[in-house]
Amino acid sequence: MTDRIEQRINSLNKRLNSEKRFRIYCIGAMSFALAWVLILFLNIFSSGYSAFYRTVIQVDVPFLNLIEDTTQFSEMSSEDINNLSMYSFSKKAIYRLFPDIEEKKDKKMLIRLFSIEFEQEIREFLKSNKSNINETETIYLTASDDVDQVNKGNYPRDLDEDKRRIKDIQLLFFDDLVDRGLVSYEFNLPFLMRGDSREPELAGVGGSIVGSLFTILVVLILSFPIGIFAAIYLEEFAPKNKVTDFIEININNLAAVPSIVFGLLGLGIILNTFGLPRSTPLVGGIVLSLMTLPTIIIATRASLRAVPPSIREGALAVGATKMQAVMHHVVPVAMPGALTGTIIGLAQALGETAPLLLIGMVAFVVDVPQTPLDASASLPVQVYLWSESAERGYVEKTSATIMMLLGFLILMNLAAVLIRRKFETKW
Amino acid sequence: MKSIKIKADNLNVHYGEKQALFDVSMYMEEKQVTALIGPSGCGKSTFIRCLNRMNDVIDICKVQGKIEIDGNDIYAPDMQVEQLRERVGMVFQKPNPFPKSIFENVAYGPRIHGIAEHKSDLEEIVVTSLKKAALFDEVKDRLSDSGTSLSGGQQQRLCIARAISVNPDIILMDEPCSALDPIATARIEELMGDLKTEYTIIIVTHSMQQAARVSSRTGFFHLGKLVEVDKTETIFSNPSDQRTQDYITGRFG
Repeated sequence: MTDRIEQRINSLNKRLNSEKRFRIYCIGAMSFALAWVLILFLNIFSSGYSAFYRTVIQVDVPFLNLIEDTTQFSEMSSEDINNLSMYSFSKKAIYRLFPDIEEKKDKKMLIRLFSIEFEQEIREFLKSNKSNINETETIYLTASDDVDQVNKGNYPRDLDEDKRRIKDIQLLFFDDLVDRGLVSYEFNLPFLMRGDSREPELAGVGGSIVGSLFTILVVLILSFPIGIFAAIYLEEFAPKNKVTDFIEININNLAAVPSIVFGLLGLGIILNTFGLPRSTPLVGGIVLSLMTLPTIIIATRASLRAVPPSIREGALAVGATKMQAVMHHVVPVAMPGALTGTIIGLAQALGETAPLLLIGMVAFVVDVPQTPLDASASLPVQVYLWSESAERGYVEKTSATIMMLLGFLILMNLAAVLIRRKFETKW
Repeated sequence: MKSIKIKADNLNVHYGEKQALFDVSMYMEEKQVTALIGPSGCGKSTFIRCLNRMNDVIDICKVQGKIEIDGNDIYAPDMQVEQLRERVGMVFQKPNPFPKSIFENVAYGPRIHGIAEHKSDLEEIVVTSLKKAALFDEVKDRLSDSGTSLSGGQQQRLCIARAISVNPDIILMDEPCSALDPIATARIEELMGDLKTEYTIIIVTHSMQQAARVSSRTGFFHLGKLVEVDKTETIFSNPSDQRTQDYITGRFG
């Protein structure tokens, strides 16, 4: 008798121990995955956050040297200001920071502390403040990428001079400017507003954000209605036979096709046969729609299938047509699921790179696109482009772009969760 | 003798290869309750679903034979199935209110058929239907609540209100009380007594007591055949077929 009890206790302990082990395995697996996500986020954040502020250098610009009376600016049109010759005037304004230097070579080095567009920046300042210009104005000019990186501490100063892009004399200038309190940080608004540039300090994600939004918009407009209608037809109206089985299998296959294949299709048919404009969000959106459609169709069909058949019967029994039963009762109940599927599909499309490379959205585009028919980059392609560039400034901007992309993805997934929570039918 | 409302003639139903009903012929009287009893899988639900062509939605279901309502063949090619279902309402085994408000549940039928011209007409129909279904007093203060928030018995009465909202002649009830407790069942039975003054009611039930309580005529189905149909008292006191006798005395089923 006691033997049997002991045996039972032993076997119970064994089972409990194996349960403990199992739990430890599960927690281990979860921690492993979480740790990698954390490392990924930390890595991207730590190298990317510095792209959101930029170094500017304060320069006093003596506008009186350009014109006899500064009130005359207010009477000039933007075009007149564009026609003003300001290059040597702007350079002289910068030389005033170090009046003692004489040699041409040193002057050139001084100018290179600033971004190449210093003349343009002074001109823009003049345009936007033309009615209110004093004899001398203090303007914050964008520092060059080298200075920006030195200021942020991303650049090794202790290398030999011939191994670094920034020269000793420039460092002397820079340190002196810092001592005089002329170097400061400001929020990097141009990074969010501008298009791509060959100068890292001037390159922005504005163009690719707008490009991505246009692309997603095209995807939404195309794939949401088509996907929903296809799913409704297949689930509610199509007869169950070999043809519909074949269609169903192929939709599932379509979801598993590598995305670059869709890019080839876009290149071959949409660009070359139909002749739509290359590198545009319109074409990108069409190609990504092909990729998103199966996701939307599968998700919508699943949520339609989850609506109890008794609801359809209830509607039919009061004399509703099949279409009325489906549209009035089944689809509203299935909508949250369909929307969730759509948003997840859109999030996939937002992060997709490969097909866009093939249809030319990998082009270097400086302008922020105004319509879906303008050539444009997109966020993931921008990451790809910048990750290949050697300049320090692009390194932080690559990570910052990934941060923005992740931000958008997290927002979309959050929206999907909220929609599902809010509109879920409670039975 | 009451006038005949529904007449089925040599009805055969197949689900694919399997035959579910064999040569069923029977009639149902106007403004009476007819009960259909029999063990599970005997074809009584299949039969009742033929009366409003609910079987049409099942692809593999084939119906042969003739069903006449008021002398019109409901399987005739020119018969509009939506119009038929407006005249032949149905209440299902499991209460299936729409996941919408109580008001919308009842208003849906009149709305799609364009019965109510004004909003006030619609409100009136909803109130009368709910009153006829003996539900109005319980829900009058919360018509905008979801229909699914009601109790099981209330949900089933809501489904009855939904069925009568389009003013049918006939109400089919497919085991309407099988998901309900005895108190809710009693209320629905009581309700059937009231409703039969206006509607012809066909009820499929597992409970022989229920058939005995509510119906005037009863048909007994077994293995897809209509074994016997007669006045309810006759079926329960003096059945002519041995199988009926065995079933009602509890020897099988």
